[in-house]
Amino acid sequence: MDTAEKFDEKTPGSDKLAGQIEGEQAMDNTTRYPDQTIGTPFVDSPKMRMRDVDVFYGDKQAIHGVSLDIGKNEVVALIGPSGCGKSTFLRCLNRMNDTIDICQVKGNLHLEDQDLYDPKLDVVELRARVGMVFQKPNPFPKSIYDNVAYGPRIHGLANKKYDLDEIVETSLRKAGLWDEVKDRLHSPGTGLSGGQQQRLCIARTIAVSPEVVLMDEPCSALDPIATAKIEELIAELSESYTIAIVTHSMQQAARVSNRTAYFHLGRLVEMNDTETVFTKPEHDLTEAYITGRFG
Amino acid sequence: MDRMHFGEHSSSQFNEALESIRNNLMEMGGLVEKQVVDALQSLLQADSALAEKVLETEDKVDKLEMLIDEECTKVLALRQPAASDLRLIIAVTKAVSDLERIGDESAKIARMGLQLAEEGESPRGYVEVRHIGNHVRNMLRDTLDAFARFDAKKALEVAAEDNEVDLEYRSAMRSLVTFMMEDPRAISRVLNIIWSLRALERIGDHARNIGEQVIYLVEGKDVRHITVDEIEAKLKK
Repeated sequence: MDTAEKFDEKTPGSDKLAGQIEGEQAMDNTTRYPDQTIGTPFVDSPKMRMRDVDVFYGDKQAIHGVSLDIGKNEVVALIGPSGCGKSTFLRCLNRMNDTIDICQVKGNLHLEDQDLYDPKLDVVELRARVGMVFQKPNPFPKSIYDNVAYGPRIHGLANKKYDLDEIVETSLRKAGLWDEVKDRLHSPGTGLSGGQQQRLCIARTIAVSPEVVLMDEPCSALDPIATAKIEELIAELSESYTIAIVTHSMQQAARVSNRTAYFHLGRLVEMNDTETVFTKPEHDLTEAYITGRFG
Repeated sequence: MDRMHFGEHSSSQFNEALESIRNNLMEMGGLVEKQVVDALQSLLQADSALAEKVLETEDKVDKLEMLIDEECTKVLALRQPAASDLRLIIAVTKAVSDLERIGDESAKIARMGLQLAEEGESPRGYVEVRHIGNHVRNMLRDTLDAFARFDAKKALEVAAEDNEVDLEYRSAMRSLVTFMMEDPRAISRVLNIIWSLRALERIGDHARNIGEQVIYLVEGKDVRHITVDEIEAKLKK
């Protein structure tokens, strides 16, 4: 039967097909930044609104025209390789960069209607509204109680001991630490384990009822169990607070955030729903970073 | 296509793992394609030896399916792949089960071939088997090609072709049923042909499924359970 021969005209083989992949899919080194951030950097009625933010350290520009919104009760993750400016950007959001003399911030940054860089703005008050948790747990050399009570005291949030007690308990409960420390509130905060110290710092941050909590790699010094607890906490906190988190762990960004912003050499390349970023990123640079193809 | 940069990982072990998965998938695809070709040939030429060979290959195909699944599980557990890597792993695990089913359908055709070799040729249906067989075989080749080249356009063409195969299958069915009514003595032999046609039609469906996985892999869009027009519209978005 002559048709039978036709079936053999092209012998199925794997070598040919597999071989073609190499040449065609070589990494495109000419990949450039997009003119505008790709994806959905903006939301309706944002909690924080940043436009055309440039940051300079002396002559060196660390952030180039970054514009993005952070929605109310949203968890936004900022990711990117070391030196991409994600921490610098985060620190602009409660003016932590003011402490660096050579650092200069340009652009529009707003917390609701409040211009963050308004010269008349009281920075201490701003930092009560926009709290920050750092990479290394940094409890004050005071008791657990005083660590949490410090903020409410200086901001005059509690007049009576009873009120202060309540704030301390509520904050420690929200930080998931109450049950572990309720019997030793007056022992030093520095005596806690790393994960507990970090949760203490979170309790201290939320004790002044901030609207936004900034977290700069909050889990990088913690073990997986402590990390899981903090991540769990982030999910709970997002019900009452707006959260921006810088993380080196992409799995963490994927687990905790609603939207993810990818920074590359000071530019915001892409910001999208976290699911989109981790399953089908739109820009090549994001794809390369997410899949571990830099280096 | 330029988005799929497999093989550029910072971790060379990760590269090797993905490379191995891709190679094994292509090997399995090649094997299954050969099975389909041989099964058809054994049926059309009443070649029992070739039919037996098809049945023997099944075991090899099954083993490859398990091997690839194991490799994919390992990558998921150890590497937590994301983006295109994740889509590759998901697409591969789905494609291997379709390939394995294509292998099963080929074995069915080969078994029908063996029966016909025993009972004698069917008086009708070989033209249809040859025609639809050729069509389905091309679809399978194209879909594997699309997977190897990450070519979503070609995968879409395969999906469109599946509709044609379905039409051809229905028309062949009508004519064979009419024939059986006219000549009931041939029913048993014609039924063997009908089962073979049914197997070919299923192979077309599986080739389409693999094509849909290619589209998911390349475009990140789930295009299962919708018409070809709807797929096109979804891809344009």
